[in-house]
Amino acid sequence: MGRTIKFIAKRLAFSVFVLVGLSILIFVIARVMPGNPARMALGARAPEWVVERLREEMHLNEPLYVQYYYWAKGALHGNFGISLVTRRSVANDIKAFFPASLELALYAGIFMGIIGIVLGTISGWYANTWVDNLVRIISYMGIVTPSFVFAIFFVLIFSYVLEILPTIGRLTPGVVPPPSVTGVITFDALITGRFDVFFDALKHLLLPAISLAMGPLSQEARITRASLVDNVQKDYIASERSCGIPERTIMFKYLLKPSLIPTITIYGLDFASILGNAFLVELIFNWPGLSRYGMNAMLQKDLNAITAVVLVLGLVFIIANIVVDLTVGYLDPRIGLGTERSSE
Amino acid sequence: MQKKSLTQEELSRRWENIRRNWYKFSRNPLSITGLVMICIILFFTIFAPFVSPYPESAGKFINFYEASQPPSLNHLCGTDAFGRDILTRIFFGCRYSLIMGVTVLLLIVPVGVVLGLIAGYHRGSWLEIVIMRITDIFIAVPPLILALAVCSVLTPSIFNAMLAISIAWWPWYTRLVYGIASSLKEEFFVKSAEVTGANKMYILFREILLNCISPILTKMSLDMGWIILIGSSLSFVGLGAQPPTPDLGSMVADGSKYLPDQWWISVFPAFAIMLIVLSFNLFGDGIRDTLGVERG
Repeated sequence: MGRTIKFIAKRLAFSVFVLVGLSILIFVIARVMPGNPARMALGARAPEWVVERLREEMHLNEPLYVQYYYWAKGALHGNFGISLVTRRSVANDIKAFFPASLELALYAGIFMGIIGIVLGTISGWYANTWVDNLVRIISYMGIVTPSFVFAIFFVLIFSYVLEILPTIGRLTPGVVPPPSVTGVITFDALITGRFDVFFDALKHLLLPAISLAMGPLSQEARITRASLVDNVQKDYIASERSCGIPERTIMFKYLLKPSLIPTITIYGLDFASILGNAFLVELIFNWPGLSRYGMNAMLQKDLNAITAVVLVLGLVFIIANIVVDLTVGYLDPRIGLGTERSSE
Repeated sequence: MQKKSLTQEELSRRWENIRRNWYKFSRNPLSITGLVMICIILFFTIFAPFVSPYPESAGKFINFYEASQPPSLNHLCGTDAFGRDILTRIFFGCRYSLIMGVTVLLLIVPVGVVLGLIAGYHRGSWLEIVIMRITDIFIAVPPLILALAVCSVLTPSIFNAMLAISIAWWPWYTRLVYGIASSLKEEFFVKSAEVTGANKMYILFREILLNCISPILTKMSLDMGWIILIGSSLSFVGLGAQPPTPDLGSMVADGSKYLPDQWWISVFPAFAIMLIVLSFNLFGDGIRDTLGVERG
């Protein structure tokens, strides 16, 4: 237990370092942009002195490191400045939009884990049969298809042709959302016992979450299959078979656990692709989440909002990676939490 | 360690090596499929102005008489809202995708590899710490988000999209080479080169780099597909190539406005993206198996 705590402390310290570095990186990228952010915020018709005053207010006339100092001071207090486009506080916007994105990423992550591992296990168990080949073909297609293409295909099939699943927003218009406890609608609906709302929200989640999960889950399935097929040939499995242990027990008790280690190791990377692709998928499904907010900020060059969104998502990614490392450490005691994860 | 001239024997040995690898590669029907698909795509993209049915559709061209026509014998993939032939635009779009993939690789592989070599060889020194921690920072953001962010602050253009992808993608090469170089550093052949007083450049580039070639080549062939995928995502949101340049991602985006009635406008370019990425993946997997690089 002591080792785990030490590991977490170490990882957290490292994460702080990475976050500071990341904030500098994003800050520099956002500030090297040609053009005048104050002018952009105020529009072409604002008088020169107003622009100049806003520049003063935003410390844009100071050297870069002074600007960073002011920005970082604000960020530490949870103040990411004012959106240059909507003139609202970026921090409040993020609070408002984050739960929707979190919900989507969470469900996509769950789909990716469960479906990916199940498919991979089936494929590995029936290796070199038609089932295996089918799964492999499907997962190949899943990997090579960008998720915005999945999103468009799903919209086309399920909403226009079959007309069974909604493709816009989080709830059917007219459905009263449950009182906000966590901000994640499905959780709130369960907590308050509103099952009709829960199913409605779930229906809305299904297509965007699966569009996001398709690519990564195919990756997971492939990796799981490969490591299962590798492990089946190991000596310990042969010795278990010779002891007459039923195949099912061997599979679920002895084979699956070590075979899942590579799958979970790349889970972090796959989660990154979910977070990234959410920018496009939320736009297509009109999902009122942080990624759509970020995407709009990017298209309108809203610097403060871009910086904050990237930083928040970077933080989410870092936390996801810590969780992955802890899980891998739990599954494989040999890896040991003290050592760094081997590079991919 | 003087430089040897290539003798006849050496040449024939190299030839034998290539022949063996080719045999291994060609045993796998999937790898060959990938290779053949890449060749076909290359043919159609290089000779796009000659083989495409309506080359004028690639540029600024409007023909409202033939706007939004479904696939037919005249227009195999139909026409878009401006009456431009979609098949032609797909050929030209693949061109930009391939150029993007190659350019990004040319930009990032040398940088990433050299940084990885230096960091790996100097494991334990401040050089390693500086390089690898900077790498960690770049890897801390999902690549697509970083590429989007960089793209958004620059003026949208195909060149800036390449730059943005490069900024997001180089650390993976540094990591890859760093891992190998830092373990090779302790090997006897490196030690013996050190003892005999070989110069550092020689050790880095002749001794260590040559042993990293297989994983680098494998990663490059697989990354071609990923880069094209990310590039199409950028242009899908309008941060890549600008109209009227034909680009697969932006063609899908344009077409999505006309769903479901004029499905062909976005569906065919989407298939084209999948086909390119698929062929590079098949090819890359084949290279990996041939060169015996571990999966992952």
